Amino acid sequence: MLRRLGFNVDEGTKAMTDHIVSAFDADLKELGDKLAEMGGLCEKLVAESIDALLRRDTPLAKRVIEWDRSIDRLQNEVEENAIRTIARRAPVAIDLREVVAALRIANDLERIGDLAKNIAKRVVALEGQFQPPKLAGGVAHISDLTLAQLKDVLDAYTRRDETKAIEVWNRDGEIDALYNSLFRELLTYMMEDPRNIGFCAHLLFCAKNIERIGDHATNVAETVYYLVHGVPLTDERPKADLTSATTMDFGH
Amino acid sequence: MTSTDVARATTIAPVPGARPADHRKVHVGAGQAEKISIRDLKFFYGDSLALKGIDLPIYERKVTAFIGPSGCGKSTLLRVLNRMYDLYPKQRAEGEVLLDGTDILSPKLDLNLLRSRVGMVFQKPTPFPMSIYDNIAFGVRLYESISKSELDGRVEAALRRAALWNEVKDKLDASGLSLSGGQQQRLCIARTIAVRPEVILLDEPCSALDPISTAKIEELIDELKADYTIAIVTHNMQQASRTSEYTAFMYLGELVEFGETEQIFMSPHDRRTQDYITGRFG
Repeated sequence: MLRRLGFNVDEGTKAMTDHIVSAFDADLKELGDKLAEMGGLCEKLVAESIDALLRRDTPLAKRVIEWDRSIDRLQNEVEENAIRTIARRAPVAIDLREVVAALRIANDLERIGDLAKNIAKRVVALEGQFQPPKLAGGVAHISDLTLAQLKDVLDAYTRRDETKAIEVWNRDGEIDALYNSLFRELLTYMMEDPRNIGFCAHLLFCAKNIERIGDHATNVAETVYYLVHGVPLTDERPKADLTSATTMDFGH
Repeated sequence: MTSTDVARATTIAPVPGARPADHRKVHVGAGQAEKISIRDLKFFYGDSLALKGIDLPIYERKVTAFIGPSGCGKSTLLRVLNRMYDLYPKQRAEGEVLLDGTDILSPKLDLNLLRSRVGMVFQKPTPFPMSIYDNIAFGVRLYESISKSELDGRVEAALRRAALWNEVKDKLDASGLSLSGGQQQRLCIARTIAVRPEVILLDEPCSALDPISTAKIEELIDELKADYTIAIVTHNMQQASRTSEYTAFMYLGELVEFGETEQIFMSPHDRRTQDYITGRFG
């Protein structure tokens, strides 16, 4: 019946019909394209910063630091586009949520870029320092999981797939748990041999940066949910990073 | 629950995998006093059905906006609320429209009394071809016999309330037609409120006005809602979202969605509402 009347009766916000003013669609598409570019660049930056860390590749780390500027530039462009769209089109409902979501996600992606840059800076700082073998294994594991989260949440955004977004949101606990165990592991190494302290401290900060990237991925997941449903995802996410309350027994 | 309650309850679609709190029914405007209750209202232009059974509350001292494409029935609905259609043969309404519990569709109703309680302002300013003063005093004299000084006070109060006093106080004898479009429209609003109605109906009051005059009328609506129940028909989505607390979206003679304005413009429940307000319709 509705379809006969010319309405698009598809559920949710997928397969939206076009605006009568096609330039409005073009504005929103440009916004989406910029975010896709930003997301792709972020994935690359995070992967390469971790690669640089694990392989102690200083030239690669320096390139990552340089690339982060592109992300900052893209964020500025997204902001300008979004503000221009609000001023020109006065978007409401799903259109307004599209624009607000683009602003929020660009903000999270910019932070992710910064965190990747911070990891790369530590790689540069570590150059020439003593490196105990086999310490980076745990970092590789948490990195794989975080990269998968980032990829999934960007997919969820592109497809407006709130189910996938909720999956990402629920999985962040695993990253937190891995970070907890990595924290304890690194503390143990530091206690075993003080020569490990310098490297392990840097590694610990890198792991924390990776864990923070995971947090930003969940922020994006929340934004995707809001974009699709128009209400915030308000349930308390289980908090699994307990390291702020962790103490070590030094055995006296 | 009565049938009206059912019509007013909006179900939010279940969300997979999250938030059981979403699986609830929301009663729009729960706890608000209903100034006008529209129940199963049908309206006919001859044989053609223009309103197909509307259930809608209009809350006291709130602004309710009617939106929808041309021909959806929103102006028809407004015209029913003060029986404006009675002027035309072959037009009739069925159902119930309760004003403070009294059915205004009843044939026994005193129409003059009804229209003194439910005032109307039209799309195009309609000042009478008489002085600014008489434009206001005309309606008051119609309903009440009061002294000259009392009448002066009423005219001034109405013009002040309509934010027009400062612009016309030195030329009350000038013709109402000599005013600008925006001033004429405020004069019409002053004329409406001079008879102290309870409800003000505004049928696209700003569509012929420039942005500054529009802003003045919107400011006025904001002030008037402290004392009056207001229903406004508008084609301007931004105006509906700025001025109203509740919004009703109509299409093809049906009420598609009624809700708090913020909800309608941020996350409408019905796909047709969304398509209309975001400019995807047609």
